[in-house]
Amino acid sequence: MADSKLSSNGLSNKLSEGYLTENDWAGLKRYTDARIALGRAGTSIPTQAMLSFQMDHGNARDAVHLPLDIDKLCSELQEQAVTPILLKSRAQGRTEYLQRPDLGRRLSVASAATLTSIAETIEPSMQACITIVDGLSSFAIQSHAANFFKQISLRLKEEGITQMPPCLVEQGRVAVGDEIGDILNAQLMILLVGERPGLSSPDSLGVYFTYKPKLGFSDANRNCISNIRPAGMSYEAAADKLIWLIKQSLQLDYSGVELKDQSDSIESLEEPKLGNFLLD
Amino acid sequence: MSYSISAGGNHWVFPDLKTVMAKASPDRSGDRLAGVAAQTSQERVAAQMVLADLPLKTFLTEALIPYEKDEVTRLIIDKHDQNAFRPISSFTVGDFRNWLLSDLADTTQLKNISLGLTPEMVAAVSKIMRIQDLILVAKKCSNPTAFRNRIGLPQRLSTRLQPNHPTDDPTGVAASVLDGLLYGSGDAVIGINPATDNISSVITLMKLLDDIIQRYDIPTQSCVLTHVTTHLEAINRGAPVDLVFQSIAGTEKANKSFGIDLAVLKEAHSAALSLNRGSCGDNVMYFETGQGSALSADAHFGLDQQTCETRAYAVAREFSPLLVNTVVGFIGPEYLYNGKQIIRAGLEDHFCGKLLGLPMGCDICYTNHAEADQDDMDMLLTQLGAAGVNFIMGIPGSDDIMLNYQTTSFHDALYIRKILGLRPSPEFEHWLIKMGITTEQGLLLDGLPAAFSHLQARIGG
Repeated sequence: MADSKLSSNGLSNKLSEGYLTENDWAGLKRYTDARIALGRAGTSIPTQAMLSFQMDHGNARDAVHLPLDIDKLCSELQEQAVTPILLKSRAQGRTEYLQRPDLGRRLSVASAATLTSIAETIEPSMQACITIVDGLSSFAIQSHAANFFKQISLRLKEEGITQMPPCLVEQGRVAVGDEIGDILNAQLMILLVGERPGLSSPDSLGVYFTYKPKLGFSDANRNCISNIRPAGMSYEAAADKLIWLIKQSLQLDYSGVELKDQSDSIESLEEPKLGNFLLD
Repeated sequence: MSYSISAGGNHWVFPDLKTVMAKASPDRSGDRLAGVAAQTSQERVAAQMVLADLPLKTFLTEALIPYEKDEVTRLIIDKHDQNAFRPISSFTVGDFRNWLLSDLADTTQLKNISLGLTPEMVAAVSKIMRIQDLILVAKKCSNPTAFRNRIGLPQRLSTRLQPNHPTDDPTGVAASVLDGLLYGSGDAVIGINPATDNISSVITLMKLLDDIIQRYDIPTQSCVLTHVTTHLEAINRGAPVDLVFQSIAGTEKANKSFGIDLAVLKEAHSAALSLNRGSCGDNVMYFETGQGSALSADAHFGLDQQTCETRAYAVAREFSPLLVNTVVGFIGPEYLYNGKQIIRAGLEDHFCGKLLGLPMGCDICYTNHAEADQDDMDMLLTQLGAAGVNFIMGIPGSDDIMLNYQTTSFHDALYIRKILGLRPSPEFEHWLIKMGITTEQGLLLDGLPAAFSHLQARIGG
């Protein structure tokens, strides 16, 4: 709309017409979310499309850099009668966190000590620990962690799986769950993390599941469920997948690449469709 | 052997050559993460001064990763051309920089010495070059290649049309392909990153792209960027494979982490050649690289990331690729923290690859957790355009909805062609005119071209 306003700024007709070219193939947009048929100003991106991109980039940047509102998240969890254990990684602030992934994978010395003393008070028969980590998108955690926690907590109860108090880690990476699980001697680590934000998915939550986590485990020991958000995978579908993985690992005594996710093998047998408008 | 120098009022000692190389590298987060970076600005310049006085031939006798331990080192040493090296064999690294910048080093001379250069020599000289040096020398290199069209000729700039889709939906892919073609994109390759490595969906995409190229008689090539072994399987199953793709790195161990070695690349290269699908030339490989890949696989052996990257070009050179693409900002801020580091790295990679004789392109890109934005990409694009980059990416509105990062758009390619007077590959340029997409002068025409008017009912707004 901004573009059409520009044409009424008093330029002569000849100069004020034809400076913006729209594309005759805008109907293609129904086939993909890609930024196609944007039109052009000369050969450049028109104002509206440019600003809409910048807004999406701004949202993604904010998701990375705005700190997690811990108090808000804690009070949401307390509504579920849950008090999380508050922990910090070894990364001091966002700048160091982004450049030193190794520091985000370890608990700070103080947090490790806190957790070790808490571990002594936890009943040894407790199986699962849900850990919430800000990761690369505080926005994802703020939007989804409390609700998703509620969902999986309920599902674990239905399966008769016992739960320790959850942990909440600031400036953390996925592997911090190995150290936490190791200290707590957890059988099942369920780690919720804010994923690297995409331009159209600043609020994407990931879940990493590790069976009998130990310090020094690698990504090969985990299973990942990605892209949990309203426009991606639903809480229900993600919880279904997680419970499937947990049940499998309890039988097999491991998790990770060797545990192939076949929870949706039926749908994936569908034949891919070949035909499309360009070739018809 | 250790190296020392008195400079800036201090005496600096470096225990070995790889330490000199690492400390001489312009600042970047990946070298700090690896613990090999200079601790102070003075130490960095002292290392650069040591490097400038070092004879080039040192790199032929002092391997940074032992010959016995690494097949990439063996490749570099065994394939070194002494005759090509002779004219520059008495140079120090500092002399070499002066010679490269001089008018004596013209396109022909640079081509003649190319096989006499090792990646380490080239990496070393890049560390004592400024941005304008990297641009000036790269601009003098000419490394054209060909398959179904010619890429990298003087004053030409090609694009990889990258029609990625999060679920590999053929119609969604085709929508981005058509949009790109109508914006004059796709002469380097129409290359899709598949969401899955599943062989049947990979073959579906290969057929889709091949059908489009044949149906509209487009002088370009297709590629589905899947693992080299998946390409071999697809070739065995009779799939239409134009280019074989693989990510490569600069050490044997890093390549192992990608699930490859030189033997499997050789096998794939032969298999692709045997299909004989090129009409203009037989460059059948498409490689991607990027600083930081060796460190992320814990396979850098104490080398800095830029030297590791340049060693990957020795691997590429062995297989006469059509395209080599340094995906500079994809790896994230732990390797290249901000726009400044990404820009410098992109120009280094382009310069080093060009000097080694490769058809270098660049994925001018960033992720949302890097300290970078569109302005930084505009700067790198403009500088690489000036440096004569063979190709860049072309993607709808800069937004890759599958890989979740930002690279250059169809519009960006039109910008750089416009301001520098660059044109697409000649065969593709002719096709654009024939199809009514552009004028003879290369200007985009308005509206849906007649050659696509049968689609109007399906794609109109």
